[in-house]
Amino acid sequence: MADGVPPPCMDAIADHTLPRLQRATLDIGGGIARTQRNSMAWADLVAGLRLWRLALTLGWLDIKLKYRGSLLGPFWLTISTGIMVAAMGGLYSILFHMDLSTYLPFLALSLVLWNAMGGLVGEACAAFTQAEGTIRSVRMPFFVHAVRVVVRSVISLLHNLPVIVVVFAIFGVWPGLVAAESLVGLALWTVDAFAACLLLGAFCARFRDVPPIVASVMQIAFFVTPIVWRPEQLGARGWWLPYNPFDALLEMVRQPLLGHAASWQVWGLALGYSAAFCALAWTGFAGVRNRLAYWM
Amino acid sequence: MARIRIENVSLDFPLYHGSARSLKKTVFAAASGRLGEDKRQRVVVQALRNIDIELASGDRLGLVGTNGAGKTTLLRTIAGIYEPVVGRIRVEGSLNALLDPALGMNLDLTGRENIMLRGLYNGFNQAQIRLLEDDVAEFAELGEFLELPVRFYSSGMMVRLSFAMATAIRPQVLLMDEWFLAGDANFIAKARARLESVVRGAEILVLSSHISSAILEWCTRAIWMDHGRVRMDGPAAHVLACYESGTEPTPQALAEAAADPVLEAAEAEPGA
Repeated sequence: MADGVPPPCMDAIADHTLPRLQRATLDIGGGIARTQRNSMAWADLVAGLRLWRLALTLGWLDIKLKYRGSLLGPFWLTISTGIMVAAMGGLYSILFHMDLSTYLPFLALSLVLWNAMGGLVGEACAAFTQAEGTIRSVRMPFFVHAVRVVVRSVISLLHNLPVIVVVFAIFGVWPGLVAAESLVGLALWTVDAFAACLLLGAFCARFRDVPPIVASVMQIAFFVTPIVWRPEQLGARGWWLPYNPFDALLEMVRQPLLGHAASWQVWGLALGYSAAFCALAWTGFAGVRNRLAYWM
Repeated sequence: MARIRIENVSLDFPLYHGSARSLKKTVFAAASGRLGEDKRQRVVVQALRNIDIELASGDRLGLVGTNGAGKTTLLRTIAGIYEPVVGRIRVEGSLNALLDPALGMNLDLTGRENIMLRGLYNGFNQAQIRLLEDDVAEFAELGEFLELPVRFYSSGMMVRLSFAMATAIRPQVLLMDEWFLAGDANFIAKARARLESVVRGAEILVLSSHISSAILEWCTRAIWMDHGRVRMDGPAAHVLACYESGTEPTPQALAEAAADPVLEAAEAEPGA
């Protein structure tokens, strides 16, 4: 066979007009110095961004699969969030003696934003372990898996937006142009989301008992962050709020959507926490990237 | 020109199991001063040891060896999945690896969706992906199954789909584990023709197999892997003969083999 004359049918196969793969060079090794690790991690990030269409499709297919066969599809998300807002709004406005017309818009916005943030943190834990099969069978930039998780979260957030719109419309809330400022905050969220996927994804791949720990931390964070209660309710006893990173990150996006520009203190804290978190995530990811496949 | 250079590559597999997987237990062990001990007791499998291999365009290398000899690990290392900490590996040219039948396919997605993802992974545009779909669908003979989740495929259909996808893309370097020899007889004939057409394009093939006849048919050169090391490297027929008898080659046999490697490989009877 090695040097035999090919049967005629083979030429037909050989002639097929499929595109050839782009030429690529893979070069691994030559030390595990920090600069080497950083440049490999950077190459991973760039290659991952270049495959954005793949990551986008993967994220979209995840959502599609999750709701395949259900009549409403991802709009179940919208409905369940809507029910949760209505139920909690009714209950807590009585408990806190608050006026429903100002409390409900606040709660709807806070819950939707927190669902996005908390949901992302939870999914970031599985960013790499979930892609175990892929990681073990092809070389793919790890950043693709991070983008995939973020895409999924963005799609979920978009499906929850109608809840905010409806509640705002019912109570006649209109934040005005200052709302556009929240887009800057959301951009920072996206960067943090990538960082969370790289850091938590890697950490949870190595230590399999981390996801439940993260889940309980986020549960506590839900209660100590002003989501169902307003920061004003704490008054002077709220001095510790700036030490809660979730508070600054949430306020940065929430305040503009409620019609007030976020204070410089909020921006400063959010930027500071984000920078520290991204630096930590980068160091962690660059440090263990070449071990990730061994941990699957 | 495709090229593979593996220089002094060694690779250890840390086996994390039981408490090593747990953050709580690791932290508690550290707190009670037992971490150092744990670290020393960590089970490490020496998967590859001082591997030096060089391959150029046209080379067809067969890897033989018992289970656990490091064949698949070596393939995964060449594919860039496992990054060696010691040594250097350089692969020039586009690469494709058929390492396990599922091949990173999402079993819940349809055949068509999986093909689309493969196309996107390779940076194809919409038109190219459509070409890929047509080619794979035709070769794999999946018919209407293309629209069904891969989970419902028979193992033969799964193999056909993976094989069709991997070979449709025509890599310069093709890495293959032996599983492709599965599937029905009719498919093997077709697969052989298709694989031959891919390999003939002056590319590199690295094939790992237990089956000597497969190595003899496909490969001109063979490497005998043993406990993560290269035990023997030479013309396929010669290495296989030694591997099957379980003996080290004699010096004159090596010299003989070196004298006329291609003839030996082409003319040798299976199992000679």
